[in-house]
Amino acid sequence: MTASVVALGAASGAVRRSNPFVRRVLIGISLAFLFVVLLVPAASVLGYAFLRGPGTYLDALSHPDTLAAVRLTLLTAAIVVPLNTVIGVSAAWAIAKFDFRGKQYLVTLIDLPFSVSPVVSGLVFVLLFGAQGWFGPWLREHDISIVFAFPGIVLATLFVTFPYVAREVLPVMEMQGRDAEEAAVSLGASGWTVFRRVTLPGVRWALLSGIILCNARAMGEFGAVAVVSGHIRGLTTTMPLHVEILYNEYDLAGAFAVASLLMLLALATLVIKAANEAWGQPGRRLDRTSSASRQP
Amino acid sequence: MVIRKGWVSPSVLPGFGLTIGVTGTFLALIVLIPLAALVLKAASLPLADVWRIATDPRAVASYRLSFGAALLAAAINGVFGLVIAWSLVRYRFPGRRLVDAIIDLPFALPTAVSGIALATVFAPQGWLGHWLAPLGIRVAYSWVGVLVALTLIGLPFVVRSVQPALMEIEASLEEAAESLGATPWMVFRRVILPAVLPALATGFALALARGIGEYGSVIFIAGNLPLRTEITPLLIIIKLEQYDYRGAAVLGLVMLCVSFLMLLAINFLNAWRVRRGGGGAQ
Repeated sequence: MTASVVALGAASGAVRRSNPFVRRVLIGISLAFLFVVLLVPAASVLGYAFLRGPGTYLDALSHPDTLAAVRLTLLTAAIVVPLNTVIGVSAAWAIAKFDFRGKQYLVTLIDLPFSVSPVVSGLVFVLLFGAQGWFGPWLREHDISIVFAFPGIVLATLFVTFPYVAREVLPVMEMQGRDAEEAAVSLGASGWTVFRRVTLPGVRWALLSGIILCNARAMGEFGAVAVVSGHIRGLTTTMPLHVEILYNEYDLAGAFAVASLLMLLALATLVIKAANEAWGQPGRRLDRTSSASRQP
Repeated sequence: MVIRKGWVSPSVLPGFGLTIGVTGTFLALIVLIPLAALVLKAASLPLADVWRIATDPRAVASYRLSFGAALLAAAINGVFGLVIAWSLVRYRFPGRRLVDAIIDLPFALPTAVSGIALATVFAPQGWLGHWLAPLGIRVAYSWVGVLVALTLIGLPFVVRSVQPALMEIEASLEEAAESLGATPWMVFRRVILPAVLPALATGFALALARGIGEYGSVIFIAGNLPLRTEITPLLIIIKLEQYDYRGAAVLGLVMLCVSFLMLLAINFLNAWRVRRGGGGAQ
């Protein structure tokens, strides 16, 4: 809190003192840079999606292959997000509420998928379960397909979204301390009750933030899924892969129509996250280093 | 709940065994065992083969592009990210909140979407490309396109790292410097830059790490010509499509080693930043 007051004081002081010319130049540079690098490409998604009119747009979206891709994406997220939420909250609880040897290494290992290239994240599963992989012959014998099939897509997505929930929830749980939980236990509360009634209310905004970021990545992952999917149209193509297929077939309107759905997902994610930061945790916006440095 | 003594400090709180068990099991199944499979696959090859594959001219050319473009993009983001973070923290202007919010867009936007958007916008007939084409600037299907894509992807890392550090600089320091006769440039160089440097370096490293491994936003705009505009992740995919698992594993191992180095560097920079009080609760 004091930090934020100081920061606000510094900011307003600087606003008063700033040289108007420098101010204009720096804001101008910022806006111009963001315009070219961010805004025009983002706006182009909607622009190109509607290039041939709303009819073509709706046709592209209601195409059976598109619907299949949407279904596969939703199904993948429906498996990956809850699973990674449970794992992330478990990891945060163990790390924040207990002291054990090797804790720092565990934190680093949980972060590991953030620094691994998406393509490598997919590659590892091909090397495990692909035709020439470690389990390839055994899987073929038992007629199980993992790579170039749905399980591979789920595994690769689990891998790339593994750290999101833990990394949002952990710092907040650490800040909570342990006193309240210890008091609740001494009063006879069960472990689950302690978590639900004492810990969860304090971390729910961080948890929500972790879940929506995890979901955005799960639905939008491209590189890792591209490696394991096999690109079987209508069967193993998620929405991002479907975008790629349409684009490579020079169906720009179709590619951008599907892309516009993913753009909506991204915008919704940003809006929820901004609302979360503005209302859920006043003061947290000013203290975002830890959050930023943890992003993918 | 069995808690092994000596490894974990005693606590009255329940659930350690369960939660560490869940965490450890899934960490091993989803992350560690698959990564170990990659290392084992590459290690099962004769060392000479590993070296030959890893230093193949096509592979080396791809490293040069992936690393070079990522480095340059991180540097560009270091400069513009600092300017943007400064503008957002120090100035009030219409639309500031909106600008602040869209900085995160590259985090939230699927890479395939930014990829086709950049490729189309910077194509010779695209919204921005048709302004650049008469000037002889070719962005799409050249290494410049790779640079643009990695700049887009890396921007939020720098801005989000630097913003809190800028907020924490005490106004009194700058005022003191000014009252002692420092010019604004001197205040920037001697007071502000040293204070944000750890955060800036962290943001730079995060952007670099992301850029080296980036795939989706790059492949559409890169043109993907072997030896010229082919990034390493794409080369891995090409090898996989040719069922050259060994080649893919070796290149994957090279990338994994780089990831480890970047992770070490980022942890080191984070520790430096926290020590210097450059923001963050940890």
